[in-house]
Amino acid sequence: MPRKTTIIGILGILLYIVGCYDGLLVAPADRFMGDIQRIMYVHVPCAWNTLVCFTISLVAALGWLLSGARARAEGRAWKWDELLEATTEIGVVLGAFLVVQGMLWAKPTWGVYWTWDPRLTTVAVMELMFVAVLALRGFVDEPVRRATWSAVVTLVAYVNVPLVYFSVKWWASLHQVQSSPSTVDPAMVLPLRINAFAVLFMSIGLMGLRTQLARRQRQALLGESDSDSTASSGGAA
Amino acid sequence: MEPIAQCFTLARKELLLQWRTRARFGSVLVFGVTALLIFSFAVGPDSTALKAHASGYLWLALLLMSTLSLQESARLDVQNGALEALVLLPVDGRALYYAKALVNTITLGTLGTLLVPIVAVLYDASAKEGVGLLVLSVWLGAAALVAPGTLYAVLTSRARAGDVMLPLLLFPLVVPALLGSVKATEVIMLGDPMGRVYSWLGLVIAFDAIYWSLCGLLYPLLLED
Repeated sequence: MPRKTTIIGILGILLYIVGCYDGLLVAPADRFMGDIQRIMYVHVPCAWNTLVCFTISLVAALGWLLSGARARAEGRAWKWDELLEATTEIGVVLGAFLVVQGMLWAKPTWGVYWTWDPRLTTVAVMELMFVAVLALRGFVDEPVRRATWSAVVTLVAYVNVPLVYFSVKWWASLHQVQSSPSTVDPAMVLPLRINAFAVLFMSIGLMGLRTQLARRQRQALLGESDSDSTASSGGAA
Repeated sequence: MEPIAQCFTLARKELLLQWRTRARFGSVLVFGVTALLIFSFAVGPDSTALKAHASGYLWLALLLMSTLSLQESARLDVQNGALEALVLLPVDGRALYYAKALVNTITLGTLGTLLVPIVAVLYDASAKEGVGLLVLSVWLGAAALVAPGTLYAVLTSRARAGDVMLPLLLFPLVVPALLGSVKATEVIMLGDPMGRVYSWLGLVIAFDAIYWSLCGLLYPLLLED
């Protein structure tokens, strides 16, 4: 399994090079924003994949919470906890990129780095909520407790995302309307699509590596032997 | 015993506990008053600006007080293994949550209500839409802070660095409730010619409804281990 995801990850890196080349050099400049708009080719794929990562975190959280006592005793439920750790971490990294890219794009177009726009504020709040999930994981050592607690917090945080969005939307608004492929020049859609898949593939590659790392860390902590891979790095404590 | 009867028995226990640790309640209230006094230094002695932002200061003070009172209420449970003993009883996990959340709401709502006259004195704030509505908005907002706060406090009181973790988890989560409460209190204080108060209160009520049901469902899961 890690093998396949690593190949997908490498494919993602190659696609990203193609997508960025296309976006920076081939696609036409925006009529109003000029070359500044080219940040869209990394910004929008980042936004989509941040949401994809956090949605997988939610699925993993539900998977752990709904797994029965037997699945937990046999160790089959751990894959959900490993997935949650991996996707939350990748989502937080992508979210941090997203906020920084957004600020860099906002300064030349809106004249300020930060505005209290619904999407900007929602992403910032969402990012902080998931950083808190990771912080909590850092402060809880017992694996079952850590898995249950972080799954509960992930679920509560995810439910909050639409609430934050709509409350801030009522409160203040300025962000440009979302770009949808139908309103965008086809020459601009291509690099956007390529990069969306590139970031997705890179995330999948990282997920494969990160779940493997999470599994080894847990096995080292519990002193289990590493039954899934040929390397027997676990050993008895 | 029925879960509802269990809930009331447990709530009575929580209230008794609150009464016996009432010195703590007093300290949290004084902390809130100090915070209100400190906030005004951020703006300076500009009475118009202070009056305009009075509702924001009230809610920030209440938010800071909520972490202190929630953390303390959960700490008392964990301290002497009382929580383990409660879990061993044939009590519904949800009853444990709702009893605790109810009493936390009573505590925070009372603290918030006591802050209202102090806000009125310090910032020359008035309640143009009526004191009753102002107090209602304080209680609805307090219930919104308490719902996820009670869930998280039982978790952070058993984690390392729990006193840091509670605000870290709670503050971003309550953004919608805080926004709704601040705006509702603001229009109640400054007057509401556009009739927006009920839409803001509606937002807080929606937050209350979602988190009072969701956290009640999730709380028993945190007691399992």
